[in-house]
Amino acid sequence: MSKELEFLSKRVAQSKMSRRDFMGRASALGVSSAAATAMLSTAAMAEGPKKGGMIKLGMNGGASTDTLDPGLVASQATQNALRHWSDTLVNASPTGELDMRIAESIDSSPDAKTWHFNIRQGVEFHNGKTVTAEDAMKTIERHSNEESKSGALGIVKGIESMAVSGNTLSITLDTPNADLPYLLADYHLAIQPNGGMDDPNAGIGTGPFTVEVNEPGIRYGFKKFANHWDESIGHVDESELLIINDATARMAALQSGQVHMVNGVDPKVAGLLDRAPGLSVKNVSGRGHYVFIMHTDTAPFDNKDLRLALKYAINREEMVDKILRGYGGVGNDMPINASYPLFDDSIPQRAYDPEKAAEHYKASGHDGSPIILRVADAAFPGAVDAAQLFQQSAAAAGIPLEIKREPNDGYWSEVWNKQPFCASYWGGRPVQDQMYSTAYLSTADWNDTRFNNAKFDELLGQAKAELDPAKRKALYSQMGNIVRDDGGVICPMFNDFIDAVSDKVAGFEPDPNGEMMANFAPSRVWLA
Amino acid sequence: MHPVLKLVAQRLALGILLLFAASILIFAGTQILPGDVAQSILGQSATPEALANLRKELGLDEPAISRYFSWLGNALQGDLGTALTNGQEITKSLGSRLKNTLFLAFWAAVVAVPLAIFLGLLAVRYRERWPDKLISAVTLASISVPEFLIGYVLMFYVGVKLGWAPTVATIYDSMSLGQKLNAIALPVAVLTMVVLAHMMRMTRAAILNVMQSAYIETAELKGLTSFQVIYRHAFPNAVAPVVNVVMLNLAYLVVGVVVVEVVFVYPGMGQYLVDHVSKRDVPVVQACGLIFAAVYIGLNMIADIVSILANPRLRHPK
Repeated sequence: MSKELEFLSKRVAQSKMSRRDFMGRASALGVSSAAATAMLSTAAMAEGPKKGGMIKLGMNGGASTDTLDPGLVASQATQNALRHWSDTLVNASPTGELDMRIAESIDSSPDAKTWHFNIRQGVEFHNGKTVTAEDAMKTIERHSNEESKSGALGIVKGIESMAVSGNTLSITLDTPNADLPYLLADYHLAIQPNGGMDDPNAGIGTGPFTVEVNEPGIRYGFKKFANHWDESIGHVDESELLIINDATARMAALQSGQVHMVNGVDPKVAGLLDRAPGLSVKNVSGRGHYVFIMHTDTAPFDNKDLRLALKYAINREEMVDKILRGYGGVGNDMPINASYPLFDDSIPQRAYDPEKAAEHYKASGHDGSPIILRVADAAFPGAVDAAQLFQQSAAAAGIPLEIKREPNDGYWSEVWNKQPFCASYWGGRPVQDQMYSTAYLSTADWNDTRFNNAKFDELLGQAKAELDPAKRKALYSQMGNIVRDDGGVICPMFNDFIDAVSDKVAGFEPDPNGEMMANFAPSRVWLA
Repeated sequence: MHPVLKLVAQRLALGILLLFAASILIFAGTQILPGDVAQSILGQSATPEALANLRKELGLDEPAISRYFSWLGNALQGDLGTALTNGQEITKSLGSRLKNTLFLAFWAAVVAVPLAIFLGLLAVRYRERWPDKLISAVTLASISVPEFLIGYVLMFYVGVKLGWAPTVATIYDSMSLGQKLNAIALPVAVLTMVVLAHMMRMTRAAILNVMQSAYIETAELKGLTSFQVIYRHAFPNAVAPVVNVVMLNLAYLVVGVVVVEVVFVYPGMGQYLVDHVSKRDVPVVQACGLIFAAVYIGLNMIADIVSILANPRLRHPK
């Protein structure tokens, strides 16, 4: 029986038999529809990518105010559009290694201070120009110079000087950084002709697709770029990205077959959606995490005992169950989880312990006045509910929390990074160094917990210059422990990226770097 | 001067004054909102340095009053400026959005207005009997349910289960008229259900009011059928309040459909406005606000003028 089905599934993959017929035969042979669907996708993978067709995506996070300028890209749909038409020097692979793109090879000085990127030869921009090391240098320069308003400014501002000789771009840093290639994988740093200095909004890059339609907040249309340098990607002829910000409308569009893939599936409906015919929910644990952040320099949170009391007073498992419906993992009061390279999994997991919480609360000598926690659902989906769970579990330890609801509108400008205790979200970074340098170094711009620990800063500097992975891992482990015990971050959970994909799509492999296969889905999937 | 012309001129002048007041209100409103456009564009990941660079580039370091007057000066010359967020020309991007909004409103009105008036007449004809009660019950129920819910219900049954109409109503220029009409079928249905009750009830009430008059009795006595009586004698005399309500609902179809636009992903003005309010893009908000205000004031003016023209006592004041 299975031999016959296997044969039939191959026929479907070769389009010699319809899907419907296959499902009919499978059920006649007594195979459940879930098992039959799984067989089909295995067969489609084995058959290899099929060329042609038009893939349609429905994504949230787009507005009519968006631009094509890579430096200003921030939300989900615009990131995806950017990945259609551009390449970066390198990518971070799903397993955490470097994937060479415009850079063909990389080497560095032993102190990790000077880096050399050899630019791939014969790569063509959509306007016919050939990519040079000069273009790469101008790109980084545009994001790091004095007038820069780029989202990548924080990443590239540690560059002391750049130089080009032949095909090689050399970058010298102020301070050593062993992770520089990973930092340059940031989507903002898309290579543009002359670095985009002439027109950052032109939408001309080296990506597998060219921009055909640019209607911000409505839709983007792309065509396969015939002269793309990497023939292993870009299977469909055309791609259309529809902006569907309303979650229900997005799910309905997938179910009614108007789009093939959607992002941002609400954990509340993911289970139900997965049961709908003709599609499957794809989730992957990522590096994004939901947090409650305390300013460690502001009373009462400047007291380590009070911080520990609150950390013991939160029930992480309950939050993963109720807020994420199981689509996520528990946090450990540090911004790092097993999705990161060089993660030390021997660091003990902190658990809900009302007695210990009460003990630390007493030791802190807090006067018993309610501790104000500011939340809005803008912080993360379900933030208000999570705060209420936190309030309940803290009350069991005798710690009074008062929830203050803030408006969604203006939350990031008025509450986050301004108020001493609030809910927040971090999208995660490709490597530990970047996460810590972005938000935990005492001098970081986005140090939203006002964390100031000299030992931590010193270790971070050491790890940056350390090229030996084993030694770096030990350093990161120490740093993780410091943040976990002394930091101002209460991290109850890491959320999964949840997408849903039609059965007509093959080759979808979730990537912990982000939703929609870290936004590379359009160039890697094909229509079965 | 003819009294009607004088009236129109007066109304127009008042309308322009109102628009001016509206522009001040909108500008003040956007200033009160927390955060600014630079903060919203760069989001959570903004560094103070990048923020300062962007503010300078957008001219946000100037005082609010001088920004308002330089905007007003340009607007009076027909130049609405460029969007702060993406540098696109407002006149151009707003133009296509306005076209879409009017397209949706037009087709919704084409369906809803005749249907409402016909149902109103039908309800009068069979008043206090089951057709009247059925029409009232259905239309009142549909106006009482929030429109996003009607949208979702239609989307699920008509779009997903039956597959009769697309759930995403995105339209663009390269589509044919037939494709566009197919795309907007569901939003038109929702809008029709939302505006139907108001117009239908008003038609019914206005005509019933007229039906008490002596000339209706005369018409009945001379042997006209009851539908002819309603249509030829009662309706023309009841037209003023009906036109008023129709205009109010048309204005709603243009300015009040944000929720329906979001639910059906329709690229109209409402969605455009909301995007720019959340980004604090003042020039665009101003431009949208002015257009909405103009539509509202304009349609109300038409309603006033029509009801005056329809009423001889108002047409020839002593």
